[in-house]
Amino acid sequence: MKSRPKKRKALRRAPTRQTKAGRGGARTLGIIPRPSGDGSRRGSAQRQTVNLALVQFAPSKGRVDLNFERIEQVFAALRHDKEGFPSVVVFPEASLSGYFVEGGIAEVALKAGNVLKRLSNAAHRACGPNHASFDVIVGFYEDDGGKLYNSALYATLGERPVIRHVHRKLFLPTYGVFDEERFVSRGRTIEAFDSQHGRVAILICEDACHSVAVTIAALRGAQILYIPSASPGRGLEDAEPANVRMWRDIMRVAAAEHGIFIAYAGLVGFEGGKGFTGASRLMGPFGDLRIEAPFDGAAIVRTTISLQDVNIARAALPALGDLESNLAEITAMFEKEALSRPSRTKSTISK
Amino acid sequence: MKAAVLPIVHAPAVVDRGLQLDAALAERWLINFLRDEMIVRRGIRNAIVGVSGGVDSAVVTYLCAKALGPENVYGVRMPYSTSSDESFRHGGLVIGNTRVHDIVVNISDAVDGYLHYEPDASQTRRGNVMARQRMIVLFDQSAKYDGLPVGTGNKSERLLGYFTWHADDSPPINPIGDLFKTQVWQLARHLGVPKEIVDKPATADLIRGQTDEEDLGITYARSDRILALMLMGYGEEDMIARGFSPADVALVMRKVNATHWKRHLPTTAVVSTTAINEFYLRPVDY
Repeated sequence: MKSRPKKRKALRRAPTRQTKAGRGGARTLGIIPRPSGDGSRRGSAQRQTVNLALVQFAPSKGRVDLNFERIEQVFAALRHDKEGFPSVVVFPEASLSGYFVEGGIAEVALKAGNVLKRLSNAAHRACGPNHASFDVIVGFYEDDGGKLYNSALYATLGERPVIRHVHRKLFLPTYGVFDEERFVSRGRTIEAFDSQHGRVAILICEDACHSVAVTIAALRGAQILYIPSASPGRGLEDAEPANVRMWRDIMRVAAAEHGIFIAYAGLVGFEGGKGFTGASRLMGPFGDLRIEAPFDGAAIVRTTISLQDVNIARAALPALGDLESNLAEITAMFEKEALSRPSRTKSTISK
Repeated sequence: MKAAVLPIVHAPAVVDRGLQLDAALAERWLINFLRDEMIVRRGIRNAIVGVSGGVDSAVVTYLCAKALGPENVYGVRMPYSTSSDESFRHGGLVIGNTRVHDIVVNISDAVDGYLHYEPDASQTRRGNVMARQRMIVLFDQSAKYDGLPVGTGNKSERLLGYFTWHADDSPPINPIGDLFKTQVWQLARHLGVPKEIVDKPATADLIRGQTDEEDLGITYARSDRILALMLMGYGEEDMIARGFSPADVALVMRKVNATHWKRHLPTTAVVSTTAINEFYLRPVDY
């Protein structure tokens, strides 16, 4: 019974936490009001633009060093791109090893700090030692003291490289061709965090198939949701693989419902007969598809977004605000159910 | 007062999408598969395809020629003394149309050399010896031409167990193994495989006059629909409710359930905590 008042307190305290987050990037677990509802976020911050590069490529299976080299090549290519270097570069799920690694995960998994160091070295080599800072998101198998996770790291590379966040995949598929939970542990949290380029969150592949996960990210204030993914293509009934269409639909509905940008970067290439569909894309907060790469072949897609669109979309369709208004009752409903379960078990046992 | 008339829209109660295929997408997908699995993953540019004169090997030859270039594809015809002339001629047509290398290896002496000591071998045993001899040839030709044997078995025959174990299923990669026979026909028409090859009755040509559908006791058109529904999770009663005869449904399910072993590697006695593919798990491309 002790946990109940604690949870309610967390809900009530959320707006305060958001203010702290707005000042300096606290990593909070509370529910953060949408940015448009907070006067402190108005002005130039709302009109902030973010230049994104979504990278899709086929990693060399199990060859981590080679895949860091590929990332370095991407940085070098972006350095010479006519559009200039992007603010944020997004790589797919399991970019450093390939996706289907099975029992080999322990051999290719890295500590997050190690990934940061090697990404930073790659950036220095590709862009020069004094390159302007930029953000990067990379999916990789993580080794945390022997515990293995399917993770994605968000880091800022530059003079002072820093990890902003590591998301560990929560929803580990174990159906059909998938057997993730046999080899890695589940992540436990969905967080939004402040970056140089807006308040953001990360979900990995199937995480984002659960609408509740996107909802949590949006409730925690994310303006941009990043989805590193590895989606094996299946269903050739129509002009494009069925999973490409499914992902586009999922993203369109989630983006429009929550007024959030969703950036998706997918692996490509075949691994043991299973062909990944890239179709890396950026969905705008009106559910408007901004850009999409072909489903096959390596590619980098780029676009610039204005975070102001998040506010405009949320004002036009205030579904997220409406959800916040009802959230206390909805949460209480689930809490009530959760609390009633152990007591029932207890009474059964006592009889 | 007259009641307002509302339009009534009828939709089909059940939509079978299990066999639907966009042939252009399938072509693109399978060409990518061949390039990735052969060149990118294995560093091999040459394909060795056993060209029987049937539609399966024709489709694979067309795909390999498009994926790798005809100069990198070796079409191998392997007639036995009882093989039909039509099969040989149709194989030549495929090789000519795709402009791949034309190789002929007559397996009669090799097969008869063994069967000389087994004069009482049944037709089934003889057919299996032929099928396995053909694989010996394909793997040896792959060593000769620094290539990779490419499989030509389709999903229907794999599910029904209508193939020789460690023969037709041996090549390390197979672009059409997840396509039902009726989908292979569809893809063949899209690729431009000659009509006379697509439209003729499918045959393993191991026995004179043999056809797949007579051997199986059901047409591919019917068995593929049953197989597709079964794989989607529908049971016997569901399929009978959709109009399939109980005998056909039972026949197909019996064949599938009796041949699971044929779709796996040999069973190994597990005696340790490091048994390969049981505890020690590494993907094929690791």
